[in-house]
Amino acid sequence: MKEPSAEPSSTGYPASPAELSRRKFLARLSLAAGGVGALIVTLPVAGFILAPFFKRTQEVWRSVGKVESFKTGETVAVQYEDASPLPWAGVTARSAAWLRRVNAGTFIAFSINCTHLGCPVRWLAEANLFMCPCHGGVYYEDGTVAAGPPPLPLRRYPVRVKNGEVEIQTAPIPIIKK
Amino acid sequence: MDDRTGLPGMIARTARHLVPPDAKWWYVFGSATLCAFIVQVISGIALAFVYIPSASEAYSTIHFISEEAPFGHFLRGLHYYGASAMVLMVSLHMAQVFLFGSYKFPRELNWATGVLLLGFTLLMGFTGQLLRWDQNAVWSVVVAAEQTARVPFIGKWLAHLTLGGDTVGGATLTRFFAIHVFIMPALILAFVGLHLWLVLRHGVSEPPKPGKLVDPKTYRQEYQQLLEKTGRPFWPDAAWRDVIFCVGMIVVITVLAWLSGAPQLGKPPDPSLIAASPRPDWYLLWYFAVLALLPYGMEKYFMVFGPLLAGLLLIALPFISNRGERSPRRRPWAVAAVLMIAVMIATLWVAGAKSPWSPNFNAPPLSPSIVGATNGPVFIGAQLFHAKGCLNCHLIAGDGGRRGPDLTAVSDRLSKNQMTLKIANGAVNMPAYAAKLTPAEMDALLAFLQSRKIQRP
Repeated sequence: MKEPSAEPSSTGYPASPAELSRRKFLARLSLAAGGVGALIVTLPVAGFILAPFFKRTQEVWRSVGKVESFKTGETVAVQYEDASPLPWAGVTARSAAWLRRVNAGTFIAFSINCTHLGCPVRWLAEANLFMCPCHGGVYYEDGTVAAGPPPLPLRRYPVRVKNGEVEIQTAPIPIIKK
Repeated sequence: MDDRTGLPGMIARTARHLVPPDAKWWYVFGSATLCAFIVQVISGIALAFVYIPSASEAYSTIHFISEEAPFGHFLRGLHYYGASAMVLMVSLHMAQVFLFGSYKFPRELNWATGVLLLGFTLLMGFTGQLLRWDQNAVWSVVVAAEQTARVPFIGKWLAHLTLGGDTVGGATLTRFFAIHVFIMPALILAFVGLHLWLVLRHGVSEPPKPGKLVDPKTYRQEYQQLLEKTGRPFWPDAAWRDVIFCVGMIVVITVLAWLSGAPQLGKPPDPSLIAASPRPDWYLLWYFAVLALLPYGMEKYFMVFGPLLAGLLLIALPFISNRGERSPRRRPWAVAAVLMIAVMIATLWVAGAKSPWSPNFNAPPLSPSIVGATNGPVFIGAQLFHAKGCLNCHLIAGDGGRRGPDLTAVSDRLSKNQMTLKIANGAVNMPAYAAKLTPAEMDALLAFLQSRKIQRP
């Protein structure tokens, strides 16, 4: 025969096996119901917060100026708008790239982000070098690493000429995993 | 009230709980940290009355708070110096607890929750810096994303999460606002509650005595006997020191806030403005220096495993050693470790503040008095030295950058051939200029560098 439980029943006497079983059931029911309640609230909240990060932003072409406004051999900073800025993004929707006109119809666009830690590299026109202000990474004019900590060359963006306009394809900030 | 709520009695019992009699000024840093946190909550709520956490508005609201709102400049300063005080006090509290061996049995979890609170405090500091939403903040987010990207497997996803998308934009600031204003304060409150509960449960540790060892079998009984014999009520016998120290700290924070206000707001948060040199606030400058000074190739491991290992090691400390000697007089390695960490952080901090590894883009051309010529090869060489970016990294008579060697007297240590080789081939931190200089330019540059020697009488 089963030992009477030491747990008190609602009447003050030791709980019977039936009462214990009921308690166990009620405890499990409460926990399960609580879990379902938490999931109902948490899942949409987590989805709301995290889902946008799994959505790939579509890349679009942005005009950065007329072809004739760029001199051959010159490297200049150009500004354009991100692919799909949120309405409240303000000036943070802007991006920039270093653009060089190689010849009449050929352009190269470099990312402004240093491949070391993403700081904005500057173009030293007379030295023909890109230099990073953060940790002194240096790149040659073709974007290859000249000195310092950058692990990779500067990222290049696709460029095209369309209807007399130079267009750069928008791209995410280059995230370097190396 | 006591009958209905039980609160007055509970508060009185808590306030008058017994503490060891000789727990004196060394024990004020924990309460000072809490005090600084309360200053942060109050000043933060006040700032939130005006601040708009929108990528397009935040900068102008901070500008309005700083320049136009009554007491706004002071309030931002109060929030900034309050954050600085919180970082400083939590660090001092941790050092004191470590030196006194207070993390040992039975207070292992007091220590572990404290380590988490240190991490939360630093995270609050970093996210707070970003809420200024100026150019520095925007580029700091990019740098943070690049660092999180180094985490194996989930790095890219974490970077995406940090940026709030593919690029800095509308979603970036609101993430950090939610973290800074809701998530982190909630976590801090929860863990401060747990930390204080553990302090009450295990009691304030008695100051260590050399030779008095912690033995988990007897410690609780001995501690209880000590309290029964010589214990004093926390309020007011011990609390008065906490109050005086906290008020003193608030006075210092307030005076600093009145005198110097908040940090200068940088340029607008426009990622297309390229002339930016992102820097963290002072409490993370040492980490900025670490990333700059590590050998290339090692930093990617350090970025991921450095903070993780440091955190794990700190949390694990009381579980590795929770008994034995507590007195710093008998634990020379503990004292040495604290001193070493303090000296290391101070040194790195000074290095971070000077940032000698960063090129100096603002170096003006060398003056005629330094060049020593107004025409000819030396003069042309000096102009080239500036134009080709050499001066960004090298010092000449105190002008220029500090990334490369000081070339004020380069001719005293390098021959013409050695200079030619260096310039042509470059080095780890210097680009090769062979293809960037005409023979005539190289000759002029060498003429200038050969003229750099110590003038002897």
